[in-house]
Amino acid sequence: MKRYLPLSIVAAAGLLALGAGTMLYQAKRPIVLSIPRNSIAPETAGAEPVHVRGEVNAPVTLEEFGDFQCPPCGKLAGPTKQLEEAYGSQLRVIFRQFPLPVKVHAHAQEAALASEAAGLQGCFWEMHDLLYREQDGWSKAADARALFRGYAGMLGLDLDRFEKDMDGSEARERVASDQKRGDALGVHSTPTVFINDRQIPAPVAVAGLRSAINAALKPQPPR
Amino acid sequence: MKTEANSQTEGAGSRARTVLTTVAAFISLAGLADAIYLSVVAMTGEAAACGGSAGCFEVLGSPYARIAGVPVAFLGVWGYFAAFAFAIFAGFGYKRALGLFALTVGAMFAMTLWLLYVQAFVLHAFCRYCLFSAAFTFLLAGLVVAGLPPRASEGEE
Repeated sequence: MKRYLPLSIVAAAGLLALGAGTMLYQAKRPIVLSIPRNSIAPETAGAEPVHVRGEVNAPVTLEEFGDFQCPPCGKLAGPTKQLEEAYGSQLRVIFRQFPLPVKVHAHAQEAALASEAAGLQGCFWEMHDLLYREQDGWSKAADARALFRGYAGMLGLDLDRFEKDMDGSEARERVASDQKRGDALGVHSTPTVFINDRQIPAPVAVAGLRSAINAALKPQPPR
Repeated sequence: MKTEANSQTEGAGSRARTVLTTVAAFISLAGLADAIYLSVVAMTGEAAACGGSAGCFEVLGSPYARIAGVPVAFLGVWGYFAAFAFAIFAGFGYKRALGLFALTVGAMFAMTLWLLYVQAFVLHAFCRYCLFSAAFTFLLAGLVVAGLPPRASEGEE
């Protein structure tokens, strides 16, 4: 009996470690949506191609003007993702860059550029989710760019290209294009959310979004 | 013929060995937990528990955090598990396990020195979970030096 005791202890520890690792992985792994991600919406009037998650022909479109350093935007990110899961193919989400001025949010512009640089390597939404999830950390950091580089590394991006793209004109133009659209629509704070082109009154709450989506999904009575 | 004094010395040595291997097993388990956490971070990109420190992301996101695409933390998982297993077997009197334990810890110690060098002189950033792991490895190395490796006078079981 004693002969098998060390083997039993080692096997038990191995199984425990495997179980704990699996549970930790399950708890922390990013939610994988079954709907297509990062598809590009057709160009609309006055707007460059944008970041879209969901079915292109979904009956409801949620368009968010966000600033990665804005705490309410960060708080909205998780529930928005839950809405995407709940409504599935009926909802598509568009993210528009609207970084507030450096005086208000010191790293917002850089964060927007980091997300666009990641987007140029096909990982916009992954960086979007990471930036919101880690908002508390990089917002207070003296050198946020070093963190963004670290995030890019975590996502497996080409770091040299990421750095170049962050400083490049393409990322800057994408951000500027979204801001231009926001200005044209009268956006002046974040998050500003539109459901099927109708603005949700601030402060934006999940309950309000849900009821607006439900209303948009109801068949319109004949006039 | 063994004297009574010799028997008492052997008994005391055996008890000390049991205590040391038990301590080594617990340290290995702590290191294993740390390495599992770092592996999950490497697989998911989740790093909130790093406290958002720039150092953590710089280290875990650097090319040095992977070898041929495999996260270094995976090696840590195997290393600590092997150290735990050898410590347990050594505690039950398998003297060959002591040599394997010392060999494993030696390899982990060398790897730790390399990773510390990279953090200090290449990346100029430190990841606290990597430092925890380094501390566990140093403790294990300390135990090896303190007397866990088999003595030349001891026979194999």
